[in-house]
Amino acid sequence: MTTATNPVLELSGIHKGFPGVKALSDVSLRLFPGEVHALMGQNGAGKSTLIKVLTGLYQPDAGTILLDGKPIQPKRTEDAQAHGIRTVYQEVNLCTNLSVAENICAGRFPRKWGRIDWAAVNAEAKRVLAQMDLDIDVTAPLSRYSLSVQQMVAIARALRISARVLILDEPTSSLDDAAVQRLFTVLRRLRDQGLAILFVTHFLDQTYALSDRITVMRNGETEGEYLAKDLSRLALVNKMVGAPPDQQPTRLDSRSAQTGAPVLKAQGLGRSGALQPLDLELRRGEVVGLAGLLGSGRTEAARLLFGADHADTGHVETEGRSGRWHSPREAIAAGIAFCSEDRKHEGAILDLSVRDNILLALQARTGLRLCMSFEQQQALADDYIKRLGIKTASADTPIGQLSGGNQQKALLARWLATEPAVLILDEPTRGIDVRAKEDLMDAVRALAHKEDGTGMSILFISSELPEVLHCSDRVLVLRDRRAAGEYRRGELDERSVLEVIAAEPAAAASA
Amino acid sequence: MTVPNLAMSTPSAPSAVSRAWKHPLARPVAALALLLAVAALFVPGFLHLEIKDGHLYGSLVDILHRAAPLMLAALGMTLVIATRGIDVSVGAVVAIAGTVACVLVGTHGVAVAFAAALGTALLCGLWNGLLVSALGLQPIIATLILMVAGRGLAQLFTDGQIITVYEPASFFWLGGGYLLGLPVSLFVVATVAGLTGLLMKRTALGLFVQTVGINPVAARLAGVRTAAIVFFVYVYCSLGAGLAGLMISSNIKSADANNAGLLLELDAILAVTLGGGQLSGGKFSLAGSLIGALIIQTLTSTIYAMGVPPQVTMVVKAVVVFAVCISQSSAWSTWRKA
Repeated sequence: MTTATNPVLELSGIHKGFPGVKALSDVSLRLFPGEVHALMGQNGAGKSTLIKVLTGLYQPDAGTILLDGKPIQPKRTEDAQAHGIRTVYQEVNLCTNLSVAENICAGRFPRKWGRIDWAAVNAEAKRVLAQMDLDIDVTAPLSRYSLSVQQMVAIARALRISARVLILDEPTSSLDDAAVQRLFTVLRRLRDQGLAILFVTHFLDQTYALSDRITVMRNGETEGEYLAKDLSRLALVNKMVGAPPDQQPTRLDSRSAQTGAPVLKAQGLGRSGALQPLDLELRRGEVVGLAGLLGSGRTEAARLLFGADHADTGHVETEGRSGRWHSPREAIAAGIAFCSEDRKHEGAILDLSVRDNILLALQARTGLRLCMSFEQQQALADDYIKRLGIKTASADTPIGQLSGGNQQKALLARWLATEPAVLILDEPTRGIDVRAKEDLMDAVRALAHKEDGTGMSILFISSELPEVLHCSDRVLVLRDRRAAGEYRRGELDERSVLEVIAAEPAAAASA
Repeated sequence: MTVPNLAMSTPSAPSAVSRAWKHPLARPVAALALLLAVAALFVPGFLHLEIKDGHLYGSLVDILHRAAPLMLAALGMTLVIATRGIDVSVGAVVAIAGTVACVLVGTHGVAVAFAAALGTALLCGLWNGLLVSALGLQPIIATLILMVAGRGLAQLFTDGQIITVYEPASFFWLGGGYLLGLPVSLFVVATVAGLTGLLMKRTALGLFVQTVGINPVAARLAGVRTAAIVFFVYVYCSLGAGLAGLMISSNIKSADANNAGLLLELDAILAVTLGGGQLSGGKFSLAGSLIGALIIQTLTSTIYAMGVPPQVTMVVKAVVVFAVCISQSSAWSTWRKA
């Protein structure tokens, strides 16, 4: 399909900074008509920022945006839309109580005599949907249709007015396989009509199934632009995570962990649309790493193990308890602790003091009776502040006033205070500086590897492969929401794990 | 070089006054003090207290006594609002509880009447709590049901009549009696407020209520029984309203299903707001809400005592409330500084 020679949209030398952060640095991107272009990168690589620059939500500090060779400067989203740059965001921004036609035409209804011309509205909606080969009742409320149809209605809305460029930000993250295939059929059709499509996803299979061209971003910079057929999966993953393809295996300290009896066994644990049935065993005093790209099912696995989401299949066995959790309370009672990756929304109680935040899980497990006197609470908080090196004026300081890394440590303290048998850490090192990361990883290993065999078993989840390998006694690799491989400490090296992450589904099945 | 820099960068030490002003209760207390000062200036004998027949009399005692039902309602509303909720059925529960008591007191005695009234209020609370915590209805909608239906229920009990109670005299003790020279209602409020404060401080309930209000998702993931906490605050709020209803009936010696506690829920919400509580939930102050209730009653009493025509009363009240709320608004203070 790569027949056109001139890009319809060309970005070059884009810089964008926020106070204290360099989000984009000398980024370039070329979109060709009749091509699907995948934008790949880890979390925090700058994909979202770049899209916001494209859609006029952010103004770049430097750089040029050329549309058909002429410079444009979209100041607002309306400007970008006027230039034919249309965006469909990850969450479907539609009104499910309105009809399909109303959703498609909302904001620009065809009018007659100053009134909305409903016949024209419906005809218009039918016309746009027909372009996408979709024949549904446009007068029915949107809520009657599945998420995938809703996603296509969102695209139809974007395409209604002469679009040149269609930007899709993770359109498939909430869709099942069949729905993804339907969406792809529509996207290929649109591509063949000459539209330039920018597609952001974390799924490698989908990238290769659909894309003609791939731009890889890393740390706010453009790593490179490639034709999809020239870029192997392994090379792509390497470029995303930034490891040279011929790198020497990382040698880890060879002290083998004294692992004991299994403390947690999950069998066939799964949830439709989130995780294919997964088997997992954690032994006492063992750090197990969960590796995989974003969207591979890492966080989903953690949430199912902790009862934060309900599992459809399988069960979890711990010492004394077995079954499917109905709530995090049950998992906590069984000795499981979970530090969420979303510190702000799922962890910290921002207005409350560091002391109350540390105490919360222990107190919740105890119930209404205070688990300890005020003096003991204070002593406990001070102890953790000292042991974990939490930088705070005092234990009374609201946790919201602490830096991200220190909030993270306080939340870790919350769970350590419950003395769990199993500790699940989801991206514990996100957004904290290098030194703090090393401290944290040392702390994690120390918690598990105790000489007297009383260590915790820890499930360590991170996007940073070197961190997972550094910490773990065993690594479970996830890909496309299912287990794709498991490695013991002796056989761990970055390259083999990368290969599993990047493998084709068929290859994985035979392995 | 470093010396002047240091001097420049070190902010002047905050004075004791400005630190005290930062205390969350500072503004409500200041507003109440200002109101009292204005009243003392314009209403002759406002601050006068005297002992007659062994009872303490005076405008200040009268304000405390009249504010008692509102304070009871405001205590419950404080906890409901702290969990991001709202309970607009308070006035209706006041009417139901008062009616039940007045219907039963003549035939079954005071003890049964009080128990039945509080029991009915408890049922109302269970209903509200169930709708909000188990069925996940929006608090304002869930409690609106009882707000609308409650007075109708109360009228069913009384066949639409105002029921007047003539005896036993012990029924009038709660709302009109005296203990140690002071109105009984003051002891009731002090006891309820004291017990609530203890419950919040000496158990983990206060921590859980705030946690649920600030971040319900994180609260659940930390193992807090979020639904149970939400359920509890509605039950507690209705019980407080029931007690307020008993107090009002006992005081006016009758049950008026239509007008008893009318719009009390709005005054209770206002009291919480005046006391510094945020409708978005989270941190709460029981003392602040009590002061808020006193501000409202002081205002009402003062306006009447000053002889302001009834038509103008509501406007004056609105202006004062507006001023107090504005003074607490963070947007206003940033705007003023800029």
